[in-house]
Amino acid sequence: MEQLKTIGRELAMGSQGGFGQSKEFLELVKSIGEARSKAEEDRIVLREIETLKRRIVEPDIAKRKMKEYIIRLLYVEMLGHDASFGYIHAVKMTHDDNLLSKRTGYLAVTLFLNDDHDLIILIVNTIQKDLKSDNYLVVCAALNAVCRLINEETIPAVLPSVVDLLAHPKDAVRKKAVMALHRFHHKSPYSVSHLIDNFRRKLCDNDPGVMGATLCPLFDLIAVDPTSYKDLVVSFVSILKQVAEHRLPKSYDYHQMPAPFIQTDKESQIKLLKILAVLGSGDKQASEHMYTVIGEIIRKGDSSSNIGNAILYECICCVSSIYPNVKLLEAAADVIARFLKSDSHNLKYMGIDALGRLIKISPHVAEQHQLAVIDCLEDPDDTLKRKTFELLYKMTKSSNVEVIVDRMIDYMISISDDHYKTYIASRCVELAEQFAPSNHWFIQTMNKVFEHAGDLVNIKVAHNLMRLIGEGFGEDAAAADSQLRSSAVESYLHIIGEPKLPSMFLQVICWVLGEYGTADGKYSASYITGKLCDIAEAYSNDETVKAYAISALTKIYAFEIAAGRKVDMLPECQSFVEELLASHSTDLQQRAYELQALIGLDARAVETIMPQDASCEDIEVDKNLAFLHGYVQQSLERGALPYIPEDERTGMVNVSNFRSQDQHESAQHGLRFEAYEVPKPPIPSKVAPVSLSSSTDLVPVPETLYSRETHQISSVRSSSEAGSSELKLKLDGVQKKWGKPTYSSSTSSSTNSTSQNPVNGVTQMDVAAAVNSRVRDNYDTREPRVEISPEKQKLAASLFGGSTKTEKRSSTSNKVPRASVSAPDRSQESKAAVALNEVAREKTNQSSPPPDLLDLDESTVTVVPASVDPFKQLEGLLDTSISSTTNHNSSGESNAPDIMTLYAETSASRESGSDGYSIPVIGDNVNLLSELSIAAVRGTTGETTVTPLSQSVKGPNAKDSLQRDAKVRQMGVTPTSQNPNLFSDLLG
Amino acid sequence: MINFVLLISRQGKVRLTKWYSPYSQKERNKVIRELSGVVLTRAPKLCNFVEWRGHKVVYKRYASLYFCMCIDEDDNELEVLEIIHHFVEILDRYFGSVCELDLIFNFHKAYYILDELLIAGELQESSKKTVARLIAAQDSLVETAKEEASSLSNIIAQATK
Repeated sequence: MEQLKTIGRELAMGSQGGFGQSKEFLELVKSIGEARSKAEEDRIVLREIETLKRRIVEPDIAKRKMKEYIIRLLYVEMLGHDASFGYIHAVKMTHDDNLLSKRTGYLAVTLFLNDDHDLIILIVNTIQKDLKSDNYLVVCAALNAVCRLINEETIPAVLPSVVDLLAHPKDAVRKKAVMALHRFHHKSPYSVSHLIDNFRRKLCDNDPGVMGATLCPLFDLIAVDPTSYKDLVVSFVSILKQVAEHRLPKSYDYHQMPAPFIQTDKESQIKLLKILAVLGSGDKQASEHMYTVIGEIIRKGDSSSNIGNAILYECICCVSSIYPNVKLLEAAADVIARFLKSDSHNLKYMGIDALGRLIKISPHVAEQHQLAVIDCLEDPDDTLKRKTFELLYKMTKSSNVEVIVDRMIDYMISISDDHYKTYIASRCVELAEQFAPSNHWFIQTMNKVFEHAGDLVNIKVAHNLMRLIGEGFGEDAAAADSQLRSSAVESYLHIIGEPKLPSMFLQVICWVLGEYGTADGKYSASYITGKLCDIAEAYSNDETVKAYAISALTKIYAFEIAAGRKVDMLPECQSFVEELLASHSTDLQQRAYELQALIGLDARAVETIMPQDASCEDIEVDKNLAFLHGYVQQSLERGALPYIPEDERTGMVNVSNFRSQDQHESAQHGLRFEAYEVPKPPIPSKVAPVSLSSSTDLVPVPETLYSRETHQISSVRSSSEAGSSELKLKLDGVQKKWGKPTYSSSTSSSTNSTSQNPVNGVTQMDVAAAVNSRVRDNYDTREPRVEISPEKQKLAASLFGGSTKTEKRSSTSNKVPRASVSAPDRSQESKAAVALNEVAREKTNQSSPPPDLLDLDESTVTVVPASVDPFKQLEGLLDTSISSTTNHNSSGESNAPDIMTLYAETSASRESGSDGYSIPVIGDNVNLLSELSIAAVRGTTGETTVTPLSQSVKGPNAKDSLQRDAKVRQMGVTPTSQNPNLFSDLLG
Repeated sequence: MINFVLLISRQGKVRLTKWYSPYSQKERNKVIRELSGVVLTRAPKLCNFVEWRGHKVVYKRYASLYFCMCIDEDDNELEVLEIIHHFVEILDRYFGSVCELDLIFNFHKAYYILDELLIAGELQESSKKTVARLIAAQDSLVETAKEEASSLSNIIAQATK
C-alpha cells in the first residue's frame, strides 16, 4: 500500500517536473487559478489558444512538446472554449508508435470528439490495428476509444476484433470488451444481435469483474424482452446468493486472493437485484425463486454504510416489482422505517422514494410514516420536498386530494423553475380532475393553477373548466348549478383586477362572464360589459382574448335584448367594437359585425339566435334533411337519379362515423362527470383487541400499540367510536423529533391516559404540578410533542386519515369546553381509565411476576419495556434512591405523609376540575402506586437492564467510529470529514 | 448510466469534465453553468441529490471540490454516491492524500483513472487495487512494454532478414 502511494506520488511529481509539463503550462494553470473573474480567465485562455494555434503547426515539434500541447488543448476545451483547430493533431497522435503519445492521443480524441465527428473515420484504422496489439495496455486504450467513438456505421469495422478480445487472457481487457459490446448494443441493437449468447457465456467468466460488467448489457436486454431470459432466473439467484454471502466460487478467486472484491460484490448485487426486479415482475413462479435470497439480503443488510443502504434500497425496489410476498413486504417496510427515521437526508430521500414504490402494492404502509412524510414535506431541502410531492401524488385519494393539491399549489407558487412548475401544475390538474370532491373546489383550484402557472398549462384544461361550469351538475340540480356559476363569476370579477393574468385564464374568464355574468341578476349588464372592455383593453395585443371578449359582449347584449331591456352600450364598448370592425383579423371583424347586426334585431329573433344558458345544449342537426323529402320525391318522379351516399360512391369510410368516434374519445379524456368515489371506510387495523376485564364500553385497544400510544387510545375513547383508531396518528414509526424521547411506555399508562386526553388537558397539568418533580420531568419531556402535534396531526390525519370527518371530529372535541362535558361521559371515561390500568396490570402480571423485593399488595408492577430510551434509563438510574424510599413507605403502609398529601392534592385538583366527578379511589391509588412501583422496579433493575440497552444504543456508533478510524488509517485521510491534510494547499 | 462527470471547485471553476452522452460544446457550457448554480448554492446537510431536467445529479463535496455525476431517472443514487467516493479514494491513493492542486496540474492523470473506473457511463471496476494496478502498469510499464515490443520487432526483423 505504502509502496503504491509513493509510486503514485513519485509519478505525479515526475510528471509535474519531468517529461510533460513545461514551465509555461504550469504558469498557465496558475494564472487561471488566480484569475479573479470569468472575463479575466477567458482572456487568458484566448491568449493561450492563439499561442497554441501558432505553435502547433510549427514543423518538427518534439513528441514530448506535442504531447504537452495536446494536454493544453484539453485544458482549454475543459474550460469551455473551442479547441477544434487541434483535433486533427490529437488524431495524428493516436497513430504514433510511442505508447505514451498514443495514450495521450486516445485520451484527447475521446474527450474531444463525439461519435458523429468527421475525424472518426481517420481513427478507425488505427483502432483496428491497436485492438490486435500484443500489448494489453494499447488494447485497453483502444477499447476506451471504441466505447466512445465508434458509431453505428463503423461498428462492423471493429466488431470482429472486439469479439475476439472477449477471450483475452487479461480480465481488464475482457471487461472492456464486454462494455464495448454493451455500447454497441446501445447504439444499434441489430449489429450485435447475433452475439447475445456471448453475454450469457461471459456471465460464467471466472473473473467477477467481467461477470459484473456482463450484467450491464444483460440488464438492457432483459429490460426489453424479459420472457426470453426467464431461464436465467435460477442462475442469477444463485450468483446473487454467492455474492451476498461473499462466497464466490473457487474460480472467482483471483490470484489466490480470497474474495478481494467485496466492493464488486456490492455493485453486482445492485445490478442483479435490478435484473431480478425486471424478471420477476408479474411472474409468480420466477419470483418464488427469489424470495429467500432477497429476504436474506435484507436481513443481513448493513445499514451503516452507504453501499449497504444502496443495496437495501434496491431490495425494496425489487420487492415492490416482483410478485408480492407478505414477509418481504414487511421486511421492506421495516427498512423504509429505518430510512425515514434516519438523520441523513439522503436516506430520507431514498425512504420516501421507496415508500412511493411500495405503496402501490400495500397502501397501508404509508400510515405509520405519516409524521415522517410531513416532516419531509416541510423540509427546507427542495429535492426532498419534490420527492415527497411525488409520493403524495401516488397516494392521492378523493379523501385527501384537497390537502395535497393545496400543498402542491402553494409550492408551485413559491418556485421559479419553469420546468418543474409545468410539471407540478399538470400534476395538480390531473389530481383535481380525477378526485375533485366538489365542483366548487375544482373551479377554485383551477383558478389558482391558472393564475400562477399561467400558460404552462395545457389548453385542454381550460376547456374542461368551461365545460364544467357550463354543464354543472346536470338536469336535476339547477339551483346548485346557478350557485356554482355565480360563485365562479364572483371569483373571476375579483381576480380580473390582478395584473398580468395569463391569456388562457382570461379566455376562461371572458367566456364565463359572457355566459353567466348577468344570469343571476346580481351584476348589471353595463358593469359586466365594462369589465370585459377593460380586459380587452388591458390585453390589447392578445387577439384570442379579444375574440373571447367580443363574443362575451355579444352574448350579454343578446340576453339583455331577449329579456326585453333596453341596451345602451357604454362608450368604451362602442369604441372597442368600432376598433374591431376595422381590425386586420377577419375573425375579430366578423365577430364585431355579428354583434352589430344582433343589436339591431328584435327580442324574439335574438332569443332564437342566442338562447340563454344554452352553451351545453346539443345542437340538433337533422341529418336526414326530412324537410326536403317532398322535394326529392318530386324530382325522383320527374326522373332524376336517386342520391348515392358519398362513401358508397368512393368506398370511403363514413366521415360521420369518424367524428362520432372522435367525440367519444375526447369525452373519455375529459373530466369525469359521474359521481366521485365515496371515501372508503378505513381498513380495520391489524392489531388484536385486548380482552377487557371490566368495562365493556371500551373499544378494542390495539394491544401492541397499547403502551406506547396511550394518547391514541384516549382519543379513541373520547370519541368512543369503533374503528376510528385507524384515523389517528401513529407515532411509533416516526423519528423522535423533539429532542428527548418521550413516552415511557407503561409507566404512563395511567397518567397518560388522562393527561393525553384532550378534554382533560387542564387536570393533567394540575396533577403534574402536584406529583413529585420526577414525574414533572416526565411531563416536561413530553410536552413539546403535545404542543406541536395538533397542527401536524391534523395535516397527517387529512393526508392519511381517509376522511375529513375525523379532522372535524378531533377539532371539535378539542374545542369542547370542560364544563360542557356531561357527567356520565366523564365517569365513563374514568372507568375506562381504571379499566385500562387493570388491563395493564393484568398484562404485566402475566408477563412477569412482581419482583419479591417489593412487597406490594396491589402488585401493579409493570415491566419496563425495552424501549431504546437512554434518557429514561438515565432517569431511572438517578431516581433510584427517591423511588426506593417512597416505595418503602407505601409498601409498609406507614401512612407516609408526603404520599398522602400528594394523593390528596391530586384528587382535590381533579375534583375541583369537575363537579360530580367521582374518582374511584382504588383506581387512582392504582395510578399512583403503579407510578411508584415502576420507578422502583426501574431502580432495582436499573443496573441490569440499563447496561445492555445503552450498549445497544451506542453500539452502532462505536462501531461506526471504529470503522471510520480504520479507514482513516488505511488511506491516511478521510474524505468524508474536513480533514486538514486534504486539499489544504489548494489555490484560492 | 452516468451521463457526465463534473468536478467543480467551490468558486465554480471547472476541474474536470467527462461526457458519456453526446453534448455539444454549447450545451456543455450551459450544463456546467446551470449545475454549478444549483449545486454550489445548496446548503450542507441537505441530500446529495438534485433532480434536474428529468435526470438526477448526485454530488458530493470533498474539501473545496464538488464531484457531480448526472445519472438517469432509474439509477440508484446511493450507488453513484459510492462510486464518487470510490473515485476519490482511488485518486487519494494514487496521488497520496490528494489535493485540489494535484488535480489541477495532473488533470490528464485523473482522466486516465476515471477511464479505468468508468467506461461508457457504467462502472467497470470497483476494486481499488485493480485500478491502481492498471494505472501503475500504464505509468511504469509503458516504457518496458515499448522496449519489449521493439525488441520483439527486432527479433522478427532479424529472423526475416
